[in-house]
Amino acid sequence: MKRNVLVFVLVVALLTGLVAVPVMANDEKPYIAMIALGYGHQFWQAVRMGAEQAAEEFGVRITFEGPEDETMVDRQVDMLKTALANKPQAIAMAAIDTESVAGILQEAKAEGIVVVGFDAGVGDAESDAKVSTDSVEAGRLAAENAARLLNNEGKIGIIGHSQTTIDAVQRVIGFQEKIAEFPGIQIVDIQYGEGDHLRSAEIAKTMTLAHADIDLIYTSNEGSCVGAYIGLREVGKIRDIMLVGFDSSAAMKDGIRTGEIVGAITQDPVGMGYKTVEAAVKLLNGEQVDSFIDTGCYWYDASNMDADHIAPLLYD
Amino acid sequence: MTQTKTLGKRLTGTEFSHKLIIIAVLVLLVVFFYIMNPNYLSYGNIMTILLATCVNGMLALGVSFVIFTGGIDISVGAVMTFSSVMSGVALTRWGFPLPAAILFGILVGGFCGAVSGIGVTKMFLPPFIATMAMQMITKGLSLVVSNMRPIYFTSEPVYQRIATGSFLGISGFHNAIVILIAVTIIAYILFSKTLIGRYSLAIGSNEEAARLSGVNVDRWKIGIYALGGLFAGVGGLIMSSRLGSAQPQLGVGYELEAIAAAVIGGSSLSGGEGSIPGTIIGALIISSLTNGLRIMSVPTELQSAFVGIVLAFAVYFDQMRKKR
Repeated sequence: MKRNVLVFVLVVALLTGLVAVPVMANDEKPYIAMIALGYGHQFWQAVRMGAEQAAEEFGVRITFEGPEDETMVDRQVDMLKTALANKPQAIAMAAIDTESVAGILQEAKAEGIVVVGFDAGVGDAESDAKVSTDSVEAGRLAAENAARLLNNEGKIGIIGHSQTTIDAVQRVIGFQEKIAEFPGIQIVDIQYGEGDHLRSAEIAKTMTLAHADIDLIYTSNEGSCVGAYIGLREVGKIRDIMLVGFDSSAAMKDGIRTGEIVGAITQDPVGMGYKTVEAAVKLLNGEQVDSFIDTGCYWYDASNMDADHIAPLLYD
Repeated sequence: MTQTKTLGKRLTGTEFSHKLIIIAVLVLLVVFFYIMNPNYLSYGNIMTILLATCVNGMLALGVSFVIFTGGIDISVGAVMTFSSVMSGVALTRWGFPLPAAILFGILVGGFCGAVSGIGVTKMFLPPFIATMAMQMITKGLSLVVSNMRPIYFTSEPVYQRIATGSFLGISGFHNAIVILIAVTIIAYILFSKTLIGRYSLAIGSNEEAARLSGVNVDRWKIGIYALGGLFAGVGGLIMSSRLGSAQPQLGVGYELEAIAAAVIGGSSLSGGEGSIPGTIIGALIISSLTNGLRIMSVPTELQSAFVGIVLAFAVYFDQMRKKR
């Protein structure tokens, strides 16, 4: 009996949802549906902020969603299907798995819907334009600065956050490629902590034990960096080992301000959101846009983090 | 009653030999890694391993009681995160004083556990489903309540010292380790000296028999799930204290590691079997193993495989021992 009540409540809730969505969608403005790799992380919220800003300026309506976890391929496919059911004029997407959405996006394109990839993007065949950070380039920029800080000599450990997500992999590949140009610098260990703060903290601690002569640790996202920061502090080595990070957060900014984190790479998530919507709007108006729009990346440290061109790119 | 008592006695006998096996496994691992790299047994690294055991150990202790009853709780990771987020909200937004905020967070954990327990007993949901629902609910609520941002405790320097301060000023000996030891002792007392331990095993080995001998199974189960939630809440306290922040998207996969610790420690997923010392040794095996593999610079993807192998063999040896 009780179970029936529960089922009934769920069904009613679902139906209300189904009815409510098209009602809300009844709007004259062009509609752009954005689907990100994730949702909770500050990075996506910053992308969303930029997108909303552009939507306001260009007079379009956007929705922004993403699965809770950057591995939920199915959830993302469902989100895409639901979004298409609401008849958007354009889809902007960062696909977890480009293959799994290729078919759906091709159909959408055939119906005249504009498809823009952002961040991880979508398959080349499906996309009208891609708006993203060049992650290999970002890794190389981190490596250049690491080499400078090491005076071209020393040992490096890497704490990555994913071995499967393409831009995570590219951040490490770019770093390795550039470091290979410095014969005096060696990469002695690479471990992956899933961007989980605690796991990354444990990894950093064991790294200092396994390689007592390590000079610098490069981390490939916010979780890895803050994790390593906590780990190094716990073993009292934060001042002995240089820590290079990626992205930003309140904790990272604090660390960088005190110099305990020597510097980090920031992308321009707000600009990415903005340029994605801008590109979609231009395509909707029949204008030409470049097939790849690089939103850039920057090195920041205690000396320049308050500068006019950096401060707006850092988020809490 | 007599039935459950004799049952309890028989189990204590087999538990003892299982404990010997896993202690042997732990010693073997430690010796192996020590030979590979003598730094493994340095004071600093022992403390690193113990500190790394804290969060998982706490979750494993909580989930053990649930597993004893033949249930499972896959929400502990998400509940842990939710507890820490709620502490953070109470502290930073609602202006709770620090001790009240901490207590509130732990109680939120207990409440979530109790709700899972009600789902299992009163709504007849299988434990896996009830706690999966709780996992999804708390995961979502953590994001909603925190507005998808970490909640920082930087305004309360005391908060970080709860876990990372040095106990009695001994360098490297973090308070979190003391908390883990204290909670383990409490769990052990609950397990061996109170009805919670006896009834959870009795419910797990034969729920109907327990019911017939006058145990209010539903009430005890709700209490036991709530207890698991409280432990997750303490885990959340330690985690957020170490990080200096409550991270709303953290905790993914933590429940599986906690369950693995309980299983390596001799808990049977079909219930009625297991012990608190076993669970804590199980948690130590996982963290010693992960730490050692990292020190040997074993690639991350293989580390997970090694933990899986140890898990499989721990249960295999146990099955063999029982067959004999």
